[in-house]
Amino acid sequence: MNHILLIDFGSTYTKITAVDVDNEIVLGTARGITTVETDIMNGLNQAIDALFLKTGKLAFSKVLGCSSAAGGLKMVAVGLVPELTAEAAKRAALGAGAKIMGVYGNELNEYEIQEIAQLQPEIILLAGGTNGGNKEVILHNARMLTTLGKDIPVIVAGNKSVAPQVVRTLLEAMTEVVHTENVMPKLNELNIEPARETIRSVFLRRIVEAKGLNKANQFVDDVVMPTPAAVLKAAELLSKGTEYESGLGDLIVVDIGGATTDVYSIAKGDPTKTNVALRGLPEPFAKRTVEGDLGMRYSATALFKAAGARRIADYAHVSAEDVEAYVEKVEANIEYLPQNEIEKKVEIAMGKACTSLAVERHVGQLETIFTCFGSAFVQKGKDLSDVKTVVGTGGVIVHHEQPKEILKGAAYSESTPEMLKPECPKYLIDEEYIMASMGLLGEVYPDVAVRMMKKYIVRG
Amino acid sequence: MENNKVKVVLGVIGADCHAVGNKILNYAFTSAGFEVVNLGVLVPQEEFVNAAIETDAKAILVASLYGHGEIDCRGLRERCRESGLGDILLYVGGNLVVGKTDFTEVHNKFIEMGYDRVYEPGILPDQVVIDLKNDLGL
Repeated sequence: MNHILLIDFGSTYTKITAVDVDNEIVLGTARGITTVETDIMNGLNQAIDALFLKTGKLAFSKVLGCSSAAGGLKMVAVGLVPELTAEAAKRAALGAGAKIMGVYGNELNEYEIQEIAQLQPEIILLAGGTNGGNKEVILHNARMLTTLGKDIPVIVAGNKSVAPQVVRTLLEAMTEVVHTENVMPKLNELNIEPARETIRSVFLRRIVEAKGLNKANQFVDDVVMPTPAAVLKAAELLSKGTEYESGLGDLIVVDIGGATTDVYSIAKGDPTKTNVALRGLPEPFAKRTVEGDLGMRYSATALFKAAGARRIADYAHVSAEDVEAYVEKVEANIEYLPQNEIEKKVEIAMGKACTSLAVERHVGQLETIFTCFGSAFVQKGKDLSDVKTVVGTGGVIVHHEQPKEILKGAAYSESTPEMLKPECPKYLIDEEYIMASMGLLGEVYPDVAVRMMKKYIVRG
Repeated sequence: MENNKVKVVLGVIGADCHAVGNKILNYAFTSAGFEVVNLGVLVPQEEFVNAAIETDAKAILVASLYGHGEIDCRGLRERCRESGLGDILLYVGGNLVVGKTDFTEVHNKFIEMGYDRVYEPGILPDQVVIDLKNDLGL
Protein backbone atom coordinates (compact mmCIF):
# COMPACT_ATOMS: atom_id res chain seq x y z
CA MET A 1 0.00 0.00 0.00
CA ASN A 2 1.36 3.37 -0.99
CA HIS A 3 -0.41 6.04 1.05
CA ILE A 4 0.69 9.67 0.98
CA LEU A 5 -0.44 12.44 3.30
CA LEU A 6 -0.59 15.97 1.90
CA ILE A 7 -0.87 18.92 4.26
CA ASP A 8 -1.83 22.54 3.62
CA PHE A 9 -0.98 24.71 6.64
CA GLY A 10 -3.42 27.53 5.87
CA SER A 11 -3.78 30.87 7.62
CA THR A 12 -6.78 29.59 9.59
CA TYR A 13 -7.09 25.84 8.99
CA THR A 14 -4.63 23.03 8.55
CA LYS A 15 -6.17 20.92 5.80
CA ILE A 16 -5.00 17.38 5.16
CA THR A 17 -5.65 14.94 2.32
CA ALA A 18 -4.78 11.24 2.45
CA VAL A 19 -4.20 9.69 -0.96
CA ASP A 20 -3.91 6.07 -2.06
CA VAL A 21 -1.43 6.41 -4.89
CA ASP A 22 -1.84 2.85 -6.23
CA ASN A 23 -5.61 3.11 -6.62
CA GLU A 24 -5.54 6.85 -7.32
CA ILE A 25 -8.22 7.69 -4.79
CA VAL A 26 -8.66 10.22 -2.01
CA LEU A 27 -8.92 8.18 1.19
CA GLY A 28 -10.18 11.11 3.16
CA THR A 29 -9.77 14.79 4.00
CA ALA A 30 -9.93 16.57 7.34
CA ARG A 31 -8.96 19.85 8.94
CA GLY A 32 -7.77 21.30 12.22
CA ILE A 33 -6.95 24.81 13.41
CA THR A 34 -3.51 26.10 12.36
CA THR A 35 -1.52 26.49 15.57
CA VAL A 36 1.61 28.21 14.36
CA GLU A 37 1.89 30.46 17.46
CA THR A 38 2.22 27.54 19.88
CA ASP A 39 3.14 24.28 18.21
CA ILE A 40 2.10 23.61 14.63
CA MET A 41 1.76 19.91 15.53
CA ASN A 42 -1.26 20.56 17.81
CA GLY A 43 -3.53 21.55 14.95
CA LEU A 44 -2.06 18.94 12.65
CA ASN A 45 -2.67 16.17 15.20
CA GLN A 46 -6.23 17.40 15.60
CA ALA A 47 -6.71 17.08 11.84
CA ILE A 48 -5.09 13.64 11.75
CA ASP A 49 -7.35 12.40 14.57
CA ALA A 50 -10.36 13.62 12.61
CA LEU A 51 -9.06 11.90 9.48
CA PHE A 52 -8.46 8.58 11.22
CA LEU A 53 -12.01 8.66 12.63
CA LYS A 54 -13.20 8.49 9.02
CA THR A 55 -10.60 6.22 7.48
CA GLY A 56 -9.23 4.14 10.32
CA LYS A 57 -5.55 4.32 11.18
CA LEU A 58 -3.26 4.74 8.18
CA ALA A 59 0.46 4.54 7.66
CA PHE A 60 2.05 6.96 5.21
CA SER A 61 5.07 6.36 3.03
CA LYS A 62 5.48 10.07 2.46
CA VAL A 63 4.15 13.29 4.02
CA LEU A 64 4.41 16.57 2.10
CA GLY A 65 3.26 20.02 3.12
CA CYS A 66 2.69 23.50 1.77
CA SER A 67 2.06 26.57 3.86
CA SER A 68 0.40 29.94 3.88
CA ALA A 69 0.44 30.04 7.69
CA ALA A 70 1.56 33.11 9.64
CA GLY A 71 0.65 35.52 6.87
CA GLY A 72 2.09 33.53 3.96
CA LEU A 73 5.47 34.21 2.39
CA LYS A 74 5.83 37.97 2.76
CA MET A 75 7.92 39.61 0.07
CA VAL A 76 8.97 43.02 -1.21
CA ALA A 77 9.95 43.47 -4.87
CA VAL A 78 12.33 46.20 -6.01
CA GLY A 79 13.03 47.16 -9.63
CA LEU A 80 13.83 50.18 -11.78
CA VAL A 81 11.01 51.31 -14.12
CA PRO A 82 7.66 50.54 -12.42
CA GLU A 83 6.13 49.11 -15.63
CA LEU A 84 9.24 47.08 -16.51
CA THR A 85 11.71 45.46 -14.07
CA ALA A 86 9.66 46.32 -10.97
CA GLU A 87 6.61 44.69 -12.58
CA ALA A 88 8.70 41.68 -13.68
CA ALA A 89 10.01 41.24 -10.12
CA LYS A 90 6.46 41.46 -8.77
CA ARG A 91 5.28 38.77 -11.18
CA ALA A 92 8.17 36.48 -10.23
CA ALA A 93 7.27 36.82 -6.55
CA LEU A 94 3.56 36.24 -7.21
CA GLY A 95 4.41 33.17 -9.28
CA ALA A 96 6.45 31.81 -6.38
CA GLY A 97 3.34 32.06 -4.21
CA ALA A 98 4.38 35.10 -2.22
CA LYS A 99 2.24 37.69 -0.54
CA ILE A 100 3.47 41.00 -1.95
CA MET A 101 3.86 43.61 0.79
CA GLY A 102 5.22 46.30 -1.50
CA VAL A 103 6.68 47.00 -4.94
CA TYR A 104 9.30 49.73 -5.34
CA GLY A 105 10.75 51.34 -8.47
CA ASN A 106 13.58 53.81 -9.18
CA GLU A 107 16.08 54.82 -6.50
CA LEU A 108 15.00 53.84 -3.00
CA ASN A 109 15.05 56.70 -0.52
CA GLU A 110 15.31 56.71 3.29
CA TYR A 111 11.53 56.87 3.76
CA GLU A 112 11.02 53.82 1.61
CA ILE A 113 13.75 51.96 3.51
CA GLN A 114 11.89 52.75 6.75
CA GLU A 115 8.68 51.56 5.15
CA ILE A 116 10.27 48.29 4.01
CA ALA A 117 11.67 47.73 7.51
CA GLN A 118 8.15 48.14 8.90
CA LEU A 119 6.63 45.80 6.35
CA GLN A 120 8.92 43.07 7.68
CA PRO A 121 9.28 41.08 4.48
CA GLU A 122 10.79 37.61 4.73
CA ILE A 123 12.49 37.84 1.35
CA ILE A 124 13.43 40.87 -0.77
CA LEU A 125 13.68 40.42 -4.52
CA LEU A 126 16.03 43.00 -6.03
CA ALA A 127 15.90 43.60 -9.78
CA GLY A 128 16.71 46.55 -12.05
CA GLY A 129 18.25 47.11 -15.45
CA THR A 130 18.32 44.81 -18.45
CA ASN A 131 21.61 42.93 -18.95
CA GLY A 132 24.12 45.57 -19.94
CA GLY A 133 21.54 48.24 -19.18
CA ASN A 134 21.23 50.57 -16.22
CA LYS A 135 23.74 49.77 -13.47
CA GLU A 136 23.56 52.74 -11.13
CA VAL A 137 20.07 52.22 -9.72
CA ILE A 138 20.43 48.60 -8.64
CA LEU A 139 23.79 49.43 -7.03
CA HIS A 140 22.21 52.39 -5.24
CA ASN A 141 19.32 50.22 -4.08
CA ALA A 142 21.67 47.51 -2.81
CA ARG A 143 23.52 50.12 -0.76
CA MET A 144 20.23 51.48 0.59
CA LEU A 145 19.06 47.99 1.57
CA THR A 146 22.19 47.54 3.70
CA THR A 147 20.84 50.36 5.88
CA LEU A 148 17.63 48.45 6.69
CA GLY A 149 18.99 47.43 10.07
CA LYS A 150 17.50 43.99 9.55
CA ASP A 151 19.00 40.75 8.28
CA ILE A 152 16.59 39.71 5.52
CA PRO A 153 17.41 37.23 2.73
CA VAL A 154 17.83 39.10 -0.57
CA ILE A 155 17.55 37.55 -4.01
CA VAL A 156 19.38 39.50 -6.72
CA ALA A 157 17.81 39.16 -10.18
CA GLY A 158 18.87 42.30 -12.05
CA ASN A 159 21.44 43.54 -14.59
CA LYS A 160 24.01 40.74 -14.75
CA SER A 161 26.81 43.18 -15.53
CA VAL A 162 26.82 44.40 -11.93
CA ALA A 163 25.39 41.33 -10.13
CA PRO A 164 28.68 40.48 -8.34
CA GLN A 165 29.04 44.05 -7.06
CA VAL A 166 25.42 44.10 -5.94
CA VAL A 167 25.87 40.81 -4.07
CA ARG A 168 29.10 41.99 -2.41
CA THR A 169 27.45 45.20 -1.27
CA LEU A 170 24.49 43.38 0.22
CA LEU A 171 26.71 40.84 1.99
CA GLU A 172 28.09 43.67 4.11
CA ALA A 173 24.80 43.68 6.01
CA MET A 174 22.93 40.48 5.13
CA THR A 175 23.88 36.86 5.72
CA GLU A 176 21.79 35.34 2.93
CA VAL A 177 22.22 36.89 -0.51
CA VAL A 178 21.52 34.73 -3.54
CA HIS A 179 21.88 35.80 -7.12
CA THR A 180 19.98 34.37 -10.06
CA GLU A 181 19.20 35.26 -13.66
CA ASN A 182 17.81 38.67 -14.53
CA VAL A 183 13.99 38.82 -14.45
CA MET A 184 14.27 40.96 -17.59
CA PRO A 185 17.44 40.10 -19.53
CA LYS A 186 16.37 42.17 -22.53
CA LEU A 187 13.78 44.88 -22.75
CA ASN A 188 10.26 43.42 -22.69
CA GLU A 189 11.59 39.89 -22.27
CA LEU A 190 10.28 38.24 -19.14
CA ASN A 191 12.42 35.57 -17.48
CA ILE A 192 10.86 34.86 -14.09
CA GLU A 193 11.35 31.10 -13.79
CA PRO A 194 14.89 31.20 -12.28
CA ALA A 195 13.81 33.84 -9.73
CA ARG A 196 10.75 31.73 -8.85
CA GLU A 197 12.92 28.68 -8.23
CA THR A 198 15.35 30.67 -6.12
CA ILE A 199 12.55 32.11 -4.01
CA ARG A 200 11.32 28.59 -3.41
CA SER A 201 14.72 27.31 -2.32
CA VAL A 202 15.21 30.24 0.07
CA PHE A 203 11.71 29.58 1.40
CA LEU A 204 12.70 25.96 2.07
CA ARG A 205 16.00 26.78 3.73
CA ARG A 206 15.11 29.83 5.75
CA ILE A 207 11.45 30.59 6.04
CA VAL A 208 10.15 27.19 7.04
CA GLU A 209 12.32 27.35 10.15
CA ALA A 210 11.53 30.98 10.91
CA LYS A 211 7.81 30.28 10.87
CA GLY A 212 8.04 27.35 13.26
CA LEU A 213 6.97 24.95 10.54
CA ASN A 214 10.09 22.88 11.17
CA LYS A 215 8.45 21.61 14.36
CA ALA A 216 6.41 19.43 12.06
CA ASN A 217 9.60 18.01 10.54
CA GLN A 218 9.62 14.79 12.52
CA PHE A 219 6.27 14.01 10.97
CA VAL A 220 6.38 15.88 7.66
CA ASP A 221 9.14 14.98 5.20
CA ASP A 222 9.18 18.43 3.65
CA VAL A 223 7.23 21.65 3.61
CA VAL A 224 8.08 22.18 0.00
CA MET A 225 6.39 25.40 -1.08
CA PRO A 226 3.97 28.19 -0.25
CA THR A 227 0.34 27.13 -0.82
CA PRO A 228 -0.33 29.43 -3.81
CA ALA A 229 2.72 27.91 -5.54
CA ALA A 230 1.20 24.46 -4.98
CA VAL A 231 -2.09 25.58 -6.53
CA LEU A 232 -0.24 27.11 -9.49
CA LYS A 233 1.68 23.85 -9.91
CA ALA A 234 -1.59 21.86 -9.82
CA ALA A 235 -3.15 24.21 -12.37
CA GLU A 236 -0.16 23.78 -14.69
CA LEU A 237 -0.35 20.00 -14.38
CA LEU A 238 -4.09 19.92 -15.00
CA SER A 239 -3.68 22.15 -18.03
CA LYS A 240 -0.58 20.69 -19.67
CA GLY A 241 -0.85 17.10 -18.47
CA THR A 242 2.25 14.93 -18.57
CA GLU A 243 3.94 12.76 -21.14
CA TYR A 244 1.58 9.89 -20.36
CA GLU A 245 -1.58 11.69 -19.31
CA SER A 246 -3.24 14.43 -21.34
CA GLY A 247 -4.28 17.70 -19.72
CA LEU A 248 -7.34 19.90 -20.20
CA GLY A 249 -5.59 22.62 -22.19
CA ASP A 250 -5.78 26.33 -21.37
CA LEU A 251 -7.56 27.09 -18.11
CA ILE A 252 -8.28 29.65 -15.41
CA VAL A 253 -8.47 28.90 -11.68
CA VAL A 254 -10.35 31.18 -9.29
CA ASP A 255 -9.84 30.99 -5.52
CA ILE A 256 -12.01 33.31 -3.44
CA GLY A 257 -11.22 33.78 0.24
CA GLY A 258 -12.40 35.99 3.07
CA ALA A 259 -9.72 38.59 2.43
CA THR A 260 -8.38 38.08 -1.08
CA THR A 261 -9.21 36.57 -4.45
CA ASP A 262 -6.50 34.73 -6.38
CA VAL A 263 -6.70 34.12 -10.11
CA TYR A 264 -4.37 31.74 -11.97
CA SER A 265 -4.25 31.30 -15.71
CA ILE A 266 -2.36 28.69 -17.68
CA ALA A 267 -2.43 29.93 -21.27
CA LYS A 268 -0.27 31.81 -23.70
CA GLY A 269 -2.89 34.46 -24.28
CA ASP A 270 -1.86 35.44 -27.79
CA PRO A 271 -4.33 37.60 -29.75
CA THR A 272 -7.29 35.61 -31.08
CA LYS A 273 -8.60 38.45 -33.21
CA THR A 274 -7.11 39.89 -36.37
CA ASN A 275 -5.46 43.27 -36.76
CA VAL A 276 -4.25 43.31 -33.14
CA ALA A 277 -0.87 44.64 -32.01
CA LEU A 278 0.50 43.36 -28.68
CA ARG A 279 1.94 45.96 -26.33
CA GLY A 280 3.47 45.97 -22.87
CA LEU A 281 5.41 43.40 -20.93
CA PRO A 282 4.96 39.80 -22.13
CA GLU A 283 2.81 37.72 -19.82
CA PRO A 284 3.97 34.58 -17.99
CA PHE A 285 2.42 31.37 -19.37
CA ALA A 286 1.49 30.40 -15.81
CA LYS A 287 0.28 33.63 -14.29
CA ARG A 288 -1.03 34.41 -10.81
CA THR A 289 -2.64 37.62 -9.62
CA VAL A 290 -3.94 38.44 -6.14
CA GLU A 291 -6.58 41.03 -5.36
CA GLY A 292 -6.31 42.27 -1.79
CA ASP A 293 -9.53 44.28 -1.98
CA LEU A 294 -11.78 41.48 -3.22
CA GLY A 295 -12.96 39.04 -0.57
CA MET A 296 -16.11 37.79 1.09
CA ARG A 297 -15.56 38.83 4.71
CA TYR A 298 -12.49 40.85 5.80
CA SER A 299 -12.59 42.63 2.44
CA ALA A 300 -16.39 42.83 2.12
CA THR A 301 -16.47 46.64 2.39
CA ALA A 302 -13.57 47.00 -0.05
CA LEU A 303 -15.40 44.69 -2.46
CA PHE A 304 -18.55 46.78 -2.05
CA LYS A 305 -16.54 49.89 -3.02
CA ALA A 306 -14.72 48.23 -5.92
CA ALA A 307 -17.76 46.54 -7.47
CA GLY A 308 -20.38 49.12 -6.49
CA ALA A 309 -23.75 48.38 -4.91
CA ARG A 310 -25.42 48.44 -8.34
CA ARG A 311 -23.35 45.63 -9.79
CA ILE A 312 -23.88 43.34 -6.79
CA ALA A 313 -27.58 44.25 -6.60
CA ASP A 314 -28.00 43.57 -10.33
CA TYR A 315 -26.40 40.14 -10.01
CA ALA A 316 -28.62 39.31 -7.02
CA HIS A 317 -31.85 40.92 -8.30
CA VAL A 318 -32.27 42.68 -4.97
CA SER A 319 -32.13 46.33 -3.94
CA ALA A 320 -28.89 48.20 -3.29
CA GLU A 321 -30.03 48.73 0.32
CA ASP A 322 -30.20 44.97 0.85
CA VAL A 323 -26.65 44.63 -0.41
CA GLU A 324 -25.38 47.41 1.83
CA ALA A 325 -27.08 45.95 4.88
CA TYR A 326 -25.63 42.50 4.25
CA VAL A 327 -22.10 43.81 3.65
CA GLU A 328 -22.24 45.67 6.97
CA LYS A 329 -23.38 42.51 8.72
CA VAL A 330 -20.62 40.23 7.41
CA GLU A 331 -17.91 42.81 7.90
CA ALA A 332 -18.94 43.18 11.56
CA ASN A 333 -19.19 39.45 12.10
CA ILE A 334 -16.99 37.42 9.78
CA GLU A 335 -18.53 34.16 10.96
CA TYR A 336 -21.94 35.27 9.71
CA LEU A 337 -23.67 33.07 7.14
CA PRO A 338 -26.73 33.99 5.07
CA GLN A 339 -30.01 33.43 6.97
CA ASN A 340 -32.70 34.03 4.34
CA GLU A 341 -33.29 34.02 0.58
CA ILE A 342 -32.23 37.64 0.03
CA GLU A 343 -29.01 37.18 2.00
CA LYS A 344 -28.24 33.99 0.09
CA LYS A 345 -28.69 35.86 -3.18
CA VAL A 346 -26.40 38.68 -2.02
CA GLU A 347 -23.77 36.20 -0.87
CA ILE A 348 -23.72 34.59 -4.33
CA ALA A 349 -23.64 37.99 -5.99
CA MET A 350 -20.68 39.06 -3.86
CA GLY A 351 -18.83 35.92 -4.92
CA LYS A 352 -19.70 36.57 -8.53
CA ALA A 353 -18.46 40.16 -8.21
CA CYS A 354 -15.17 38.92 -6.69
CA THR A 355 -14.74 36.52 -9.61
CA SER A 356 -15.74 39.06 -12.21
CA LEU A 357 -13.47 41.88 -11.01
CA ALA A 358 -10.51 39.63 -10.21
CA VAL A 359 -10.67 38.01 -13.65
CA GLU A 360 -11.07 41.43 -15.31
CA ARG A 361 -7.88 42.60 -13.62
CA HIS A 362 -6.11 39.38 -14.58
CA VAL A 363 -6.96 39.24 -18.28
CA GLY A 364 -5.77 41.51 -21.04
CA GLN A 365 -7.64 44.42 -22.53
CA LEU A 366 -8.27 45.50 -26.07
CA GLU A 367 -8.02 49.15 -26.91
CA THR A 368 -9.22 50.61 -30.18
CA ILE A 369 -6.93 53.11 -31.86
CA PHE A 370 -8.25 55.26 -34.64
CA THR A 371 -5.68 55.89 -37.32
CA CYS A 372 -5.91 57.58 -40.69
CA PHE A 373 -6.35 54.12 -42.19
CA GLY A 374 -9.27 53.04 -40.03
CA SER A 375 -9.26 51.46 -36.64
CA ALA A 376 -6.55 49.23 -35.23
CA PHE A 377 -6.46 47.33 -31.96
CA VAL A 378 -3.86 47.23 -29.24
CA GLN A 379 -3.87 44.32 -26.80
CA LYS A 380 -2.26 44.63 -23.38
CA GLY A 381 -2.08 41.43 -21.34
CA LYS A 382 -3.44 37.98 -22.07
CA ASP A 383 -6.30 37.27 -24.44
CA LEU A 384 -8.15 34.50 -22.59
CA SER A 385 -11.34 34.63 -24.65
CA ASP A 386 -10.69 31.15 -26.07
CA VAL A 387 -10.10 29.52 -22.68
CA LYS A 388 -12.62 26.72 -22.30
CA THR A 389 -12.21 25.75 -18.64
CA VAL A 390 -12.71 27.75 -15.44
CA VAL A 391 -11.94 25.91 -12.19
CA GLY A 392 -13.20 27.05 -8.79
CA THR A 393 -11.27 26.22 -5.62
CA GLY A 394 -10.84 27.63 -2.10
CA GLY A 395 -13.15 27.57 0.90
CA VAL A 396 -15.80 29.99 -0.36
CA ILE A 397 -16.42 28.16 -3.64
CA VAL A 398 -15.86 24.61 -2.44
CA HIS A 399 -18.31 24.87 0.44
CA HIS A 400 -20.96 26.78 -1.50
CA GLU A 401 -24.27 25.31 -2.64
CA GLN A 402 -24.18 27.03 -6.03
CA PRO A 403 -20.51 27.43 -6.90
CA LYS A 404 -21.22 27.67 -10.62
CA GLU A 405 -23.23 30.86 -10.14
CA ILE A 406 -20.18 32.43 -8.46
CA LEU A 407 -17.80 31.27 -11.20
CA LYS A 408 -19.99 32.69 -13.96
CA GLY A 409 -18.45 36.07 -13.14
CA ALA A 410 -15.36 34.85 -15.02
CA ALA A 411 -17.15 34.84 -18.36
CA TYR A 412 -17.05 37.51 -21.06
CA SER A 413 -19.70 40.17 -20.73
CA GLU A 414 -21.16 42.32 -23.49
CA SER A 415 -21.15 45.31 -21.17
CA THR A 416 -17.34 45.17 -21.01
CA PRO A 417 -16.31 43.97 -24.49
CA GLU A 418 -12.73 45.26 -24.10
CA MET A 419 -12.01 42.69 -21.36
CA LEU A 420 -10.62 39.52 -22.93
CA LYS A 421 -12.44 37.07 -20.64
CA PRO A 422 -13.42 33.51 -21.66
CA GLU A 423 -16.36 33.60 -24.06
CA CYS A 424 -18.01 30.26 -23.38
CA PRO A 425 -16.17 28.28 -20.71
CA LYS A 426 -17.33 25.22 -18.81
CA TYR A 427 -17.10 25.37 -15.03
CA LEU A 428 -15.35 22.80 -12.88
CA ILE A 429 -15.41 22.65 -9.09
CA ASP A 430 -12.63 21.36 -6.84
CA GLU A 431 -15.28 19.65 -4.68
CA GLU A 432 -12.89 17.75 -2.44
CA TYR A 433 -10.68 20.82 -2.09
CA ILE A 434 -7.59 18.95 -3.22
CA MET A 435 -5.86 21.30 -5.66
CA ALA A 436 -3.03 22.42 -3.36
CA SER A 437 -2.53 18.78 -2.34
CA MET A 438 -2.38 17.68 -5.97
CA GLY A 439 0.28 20.33 -6.62
CA LEU A 440 2.31 18.66 -3.87
CA LEU A 441 1.56 15.14 -5.09
CA GLY A 442 2.63 16.28 -8.57
CA GLU A 443 6.14 16.76 -7.21
CA VAL A 444 6.46 12.98 -6.81
CA TYR A 445 3.69 11.41 -8.92
CA PRO A 446 2.73 13.85 -11.69
CA ASP A 447 0.73 11.31 -13.73
CA VAL A 448 -1.29 10.27 -10.71
CA ALA A 449 -1.92 13.90 -9.79
CA VAL A 450 -3.25 14.70 -13.28
CA ARG A 451 -5.54 11.66 -13.36
CA MET A 452 -6.85 12.32 -9.86
CA MET A 453 -7.61 15.95 -10.65
CA LYS A 454 -9.46 14.90 -13.78
CA LYS A 455 -11.46 12.49 -11.63
CA TYR A 456 -12.17 14.69 -8.61
CA ILE A 457 -12.48 18.16 -10.11
CA VAL A 458 -15.89 17.91 -11.71
CA ARG A 459 -18.48 19.94 -13.56
CA GLY A 460 -20.39 22.40 -11.39
CA MET B 1 24.18 38.36 -25.04
CA GLU B 2 26.10 41.22 -26.59
CA ASN B 3 26.34 43.74 -23.85
CA ASN B 4 29.21 45.93 -24.91
CA LYS B 5 27.40 47.37 -27.89
CA VAL B 6 25.91 50.82 -27.64
CA LYS B 7 22.15 50.56 -27.26
CA VAL B 8 19.64 52.69 -29.16
CA VAL B 9 15.87 52.73 -28.74
CA LEU B 10 13.88 52.65 -31.98
CA GLY B 11 10.15 52.94 -32.61
CA VAL B 12 7.28 54.43 -34.58
CA ILE B 13 5.53 56.97 -32.37
CA GLY B 14 1.88 57.57 -31.61
CA ALA B 15 -1.05 56.01 -33.49
CA ASP B 16 1.17 55.27 -36.49
CA CYS B 17 1.43 51.64 -37.59
CA HIS B 18 3.87 51.82 -40.53
CA ALA B 19 6.00 48.76 -39.92
CA VAL B 20 8.23 48.42 -42.98
CA GLY B 21 10.55 51.39 -42.46
CA ASN B 22 10.92 50.33 -38.84
CA LYS B 23 12.27 46.94 -39.90
CA ILE B 24 14.69 48.52 -42.38
CA LEU B 25 16.03 50.90 -39.73
CA ASN B 26 16.35 48.03 -37.26
CA TYR B 27 18.43 46.14 -39.82
CA ALA B 28 20.56 49.15 -40.70
CA PHE B 29 21.47 50.05 -37.11
CA THR B 30 22.08 46.44 -36.11
CA SER B 31 24.41 45.99 -39.11
CA ALA B 32 26.23 49.16 -38.10
CA GLY B 33 27.10 47.57 -34.74
CA PHE B 34 24.44 48.99 -32.45
CA GLU B 35 22.19 46.96 -30.20
CA VAL B 36 18.73 48.04 -31.26
CA VAL B 37 15.96 48.00 -28.68
CA ASN B 38 13.11 48.00 -31.18
CA LEU B 39 9.72 48.94 -29.78
CA GLY B 40 7.94 48.48 -33.11
CA VAL B 41 4.87 50.49 -34.07
CA LEU B 42 2.16 52.37 -32.12
CA VAL B 43 4.63 53.37 -29.40
CA PRO B 44 3.58 55.94 -26.78
CA GLN B 45 6.22 58.48 -25.64
CA GLU B 46 6.30 56.92 -22.20
CA GLU B 47 7.54 53.60 -23.59
CA PHE B 48 10.47 55.23 -25.40
CA VAL B 49 11.51 56.82 -22.11
CA ASN B 50 11.02 53.68 -19.99
CA ALA B 51 12.97 51.56 -22.45
CA ALA B 52 15.87 54.02 -22.52
CA ILE B 53 16.05 54.12 -18.72
CA GLU B 54 16.01 50.38 -18.23
CA THR B 55 18.50 49.56 -21.03
CA ASP B 56 20.78 52.55 -20.50
CA ALA B 57 20.40 53.51 -24.18
CA LYS B 58 22.44 56.37 -25.61
CA ALA B 59 19.92 57.57 -28.20
CA ILE B 60 16.20 57.46 -28.97
CA LEU B 61 15.32 57.22 -32.67
CA VAL B 62 11.75 58.23 -33.38
CA ALA B 63 9.94 57.63 -36.66
CA SER B 64 6.62 59.11 -37.73
CA LEU B 65 5.23 58.42 -41.18
CA TYR B 66 1.59 59.42 -41.13
CA GLY B 67 1.72 63.19 -40.91
CA HIS B 68 0.79 63.69 -37.26
CA GLY B 69 4.40 63.75 -36.10
CA GLU B 70 4.22 67.21 -34.63
CA ILE B 71 1.45 66.29 -32.19
CA ASP B 72 2.99 62.93 -31.26
CA CYS B 73 6.58 64.13 -30.88
CA ARG B 74 5.95 67.27 -28.87
CA GLY B 75 6.94 66.88 -25.23
CA LEU B 76 9.29 63.92 -25.58
CA ARG B 77 12.33 66.01 -24.65
CA GLU B 78 10.55 67.36 -21.57
CA ARG B 79 9.59 63.84 -20.59
CA CYS B 80 13.22 62.71 -20.94
CA ARG B 81 14.39 65.55 -18.71
CA GLU B 82 11.66 64.78 -16.18
CA SER B 83 12.72 61.11 -16.07
CA GLY B 84 16.41 61.74 -15.56
CA LEU B 85 17.46 61.00 -19.15
CA GLY B 86 18.33 64.67 -19.58
CA ASP B 87 20.03 65.40 -22.86
CA ILE B 88 20.01 61.90 -24.34
CA LEU B 89 20.24 62.09 -28.15
CA LEU B 90 16.82 62.37 -29.81
CA TYR B 91 16.54 61.81 -33.57
CA VAL B 92 13.33 62.05 -35.55
CA GLY B 93 12.50 61.32 -39.16
CA GLY B 94 9.81 60.35 -41.65
CA ASN B 95 6.83 62.20 -43.10
CA LEU B 96 6.62 64.47 -40.11
CA VAL B 97 3.90 66.78 -41.39
CA VAL B 98 1.08 66.58 -43.91
CA GLY B 99 1.46 68.19 -47.31
CA LYS B 100 4.29 70.02 -48.98
CA THR B 101 5.53 72.23 -46.16
CA ASP B 102 9.00 73.68 -46.59
CA PHE B 103 11.38 71.30 -44.82
CA THR B 104 13.49 74.05 -43.24
CA GLU B 105 10.40 75.14 -41.35
CA VAL B 106 9.71 71.58 -40.20
CA HIS B 107 13.37 71.11 -39.27
CA ASN B 108 13.44 74.22 -37.13
CA LYS B 109 10.18 73.36 -35.44
CA PHE B 110 11.48 69.94 -34.34
CA ILE B 111 14.86 71.33 -33.28
CA GLU B 112 12.93 73.76 -31.09
CA MET B 113 11.03 70.82 -29.64
CA GLY B 114 14.36 69.46 -28.41
CA TYR B 115 15.33 66.96 -31.11
CA ASP B 116 19.02 66.80 -31.96
CA ARG B 117 18.57 65.75 -35.57
CA VAL B 118 15.60 65.92 -37.93
CA TYR B 119 15.48 63.94 -41.17
CA GLU B 120 13.41 64.65 -44.25
CA PRO B 121 11.87 61.96 -46.44
CA GLY B 122 14.35 60.29 -48.78
CA ILE B 123 17.37 60.29 -46.44
CA LEU B 124 19.08 56.90 -46.43
CA PRO B 125 19.74 55.05 -43.15
CA ASP B 126 23.51 55.21 -43.82
CA GLN B 127 23.50 58.96 -43.30
CA VAL B 128 21.76 58.59 -39.94
CA VAL B 129 24.27 55.93 -38.87
CA ILE B 130 27.17 58.25 -39.72
CA ASP B 131 25.57 61.12 -37.80
CA LEU B 132 24.88 58.92 -34.79
CA LYS B 133 28.46 57.66 -34.66
CA ASN B 134 29.71 61.24 -34.87
CA ASP B 135 27.37 62.49 -32.19
CA LEU B 136 28.35 59.65 -29.86
CA GLY B 137 32.05 60.09 -30.62
CA LEU B 138 32.40 56.52 -31.87
